[in-house]
Amino acid sequence: MMELFEMMLTAGLWASVIRIATPLIFATLGELICERAGVLNLGIEGIMTIGAMAGWIWVYQGGELWGGVVFVAIVGMLFGFLHSILVVYLGLSQHVSGIGITLLASSISYYAYTMLIPFSTTPPKIVPFSAFEVPVLSSIPIIGEAFFNQSALTYLAYILVIVTFYVLYKMPIGLTIRMAGENPVANEAQGINVLLIRTGAVMAGSALMAIGGAFLTMSAFDAFYFGMINGRGWICIALVIFASWRPGKAFLGAILFALFEALQIRAQLIGADVIPYQIFSMMPYFLSIVAMMLVARRAAYPKALLVPFRQGDRI
Amino acid sequence: MRLKTRRDAPVWLIALLPILSIGVAFIIGAFFIIWAGESPITAYIALIKGSLGSTFAITESLARATPLIFTGLAAAVAFRAKFWNIGAEGQLYCGAMAATLVGTGVIDLPAPIMIPMLFIAGALGGCLILLVPVVLKTHMKVDEVVTTLLLNFVILLFVNMLLEGPWKDPMAMGWPQAARIIDNGVLPTIVAKSRLHFGIIIALVMSVVMWAILRFTVWGYEIRAVGYNQQASTFFGISINKSVLMVALFSGGLAGMAGVSEVAGLKGYLTLTLSPGFGYTGIAVAMLAQLHPIGVIVSAIFLASIYVGADAMSRTVNIPNYIADILVAISLLSVLVGAMLARFRIVWGK
Repeated sequence: MMELFEMMLTAGLWASVIRIATPLIFATLGELICERAGVLNLGIEGIMTIGAMAGWIWVYQGGELWGGVVFVAIVGMLFGFLHSILVVYLGLSQHVSGIGITLLASSISYYAYTMLIPFSTTPPKIVPFSAFEVPVLSSIPIIGEAFFNQSALTYLAYILVIVTFYVLYKMPIGLTIRMAGENPVANEAQGINVLLIRTGAVMAGSALMAIGGAFLTMSAFDAFYFGMINGRGWICIALVIFASWRPGKAFLGAILFALFEALQIRAQLIGADVIPYQIFSMMPYFLSIVAMMLVARRAAYPKALLVPFRQGDRI
Repeated sequence: MRLKTRRDAPVWLIALLPILSIGVAFIIGAFFIIWAGESPITAYIALIKGSLGSTFAITESLARATPLIFTGLAAAVAFRAKFWNIGAEGQLYCGAMAATLVGTGVIDLPAPIMIPMLFIAGALGGCLILLVPVVLKTHMKVDEVVTTLLLNFVILLFVNMLLEGPWKDPMAMGWPQAARIIDNGVLPTIVAKSRLHFGIIIALVMSVVMWAILRFTVWGYEIRAVGYNQQASTFFGISINKSVLMVALFSGGLAGMAGVSEVAGLKGYLTLTLSPGFGYTGIAVAMLAQLHPIGVIVSAIFLASIYVGADAMSRTVNIPNYIADILVAISLLSVLVGAMLARFRIVWGK
């Protein structure tokens, strides 16, 4: 027990917590924005996969890292746009369409990867984002080393939490987005095009999901592996519910989740002889289910989530 | 010219939809083939030859269709009631584990008893694991989409643990696989020198049984009613929780049977490569079939031939076999759009 406590105080642990949390922060924010506008985006797992692949390919073929991030965001938006056409404009089942997007995006990723890198036993590597020490802030003991000696994408994630909060709660457009997910009829009464707002939100959200995936290949690792997203997208859907659709809580939820994940990985190394490692690996998924159980009863889903909107409809 | 909604699309249109959707998928898929620098026509000819060009190819396609019929039915029955069971992949492995538990030598009975017992065990395995999301949904209002999805990963890790630990077959030269199903439990092949086994007969029977249950029984009526309109169903005294439970038992059971059919029919033993995503493809199968149990047979065979054909194609033409997944995903999305458009009718004039 003492050992665990001491481990909690090391900067190394917290640095890995932040590394694990970063893709979750991006993707959870992305899903949150979609759901706030009334659209469940189950394309998340596939969009993260294609983000991871697209960013990696971009850099592998000689592109700039930041150019890659922009490229990844555009790819994510394209899939978000496709999802919007299906569920926002045509009003199709958000569940089935989302699963369809996941199947499509992940199969395109694997297709493109196998096509471009046909015969490789060891996946080729790229030079990923390197850690960047924020002056002053990084000299705070433990916290500084953990939070402010990370890759640039992680700082982008911090900034996006604040931006998402500010846009959703302090700007008129944020109110409009939230209204599209709560009471779209009220939006329409103001002369706002609900379909356009929802489409915009889904595209922006999907861009974030794609960047979340790209963090894995462009920062956390330096290569693309098959099945590398490994359910992270689905975990983010649980995190959005756990965070009751709030950006700040989503950030904390992702950190908390990543803490368990980091401890789990360390416990795997220590306890491997006694307990099979698979038991530890199951923990993140169990944890997500438990998290949902804790909040499900009082979860305040956006009222118009899953409800297609047709112009001129009355409730 | 304008569009008018209609309540029921004509039968011919419904029957045409899946074919049109697959057509659309092949047209869009052609661009991916051109991207890979090959001619779509050569590629598609190779695909069709590989899936339907010989008796062996046809038996391969039917063998691949067998688990897809089960998982397609699992998705169809659940989606009918708007219960989003996306965990067929995990339930399939639970069925396979149950079959391994019962069928590797604990009991040895003559085949006519042993084989049904394996299927019952597998169905129970699939049901039991799906009970977790169901109870969480009905008692704690936890969304079933996420729980069924997450359990897939848990189950796969559990299988991995068994195969690297207590269930590892010492005769398998270090490969992580379980002991073989005993001879009396193995499903006989129905075409000589092929991998097409008795499982497909059971799959066809289950399709008819599910169709009959949905069409003629009170359970089936309730399941369909809950899917159409939950409020109205409650008003008429149908218990939503009970219907969801029924649906889940059918759905999980069918997915579990897919696992039995693969373990006892195709592979002979449990491995981690038992299912290349049959659970997820089952969703596409069900949607292409417009959630109709008999339609599931046709769409499962259709999609299975795409997979088998793409495997063959990737050996002759230089195209990754992931093209099959792309084609299936596009057909899934286009059948959704098609089903929507079929609800409208073009009226000429005012």
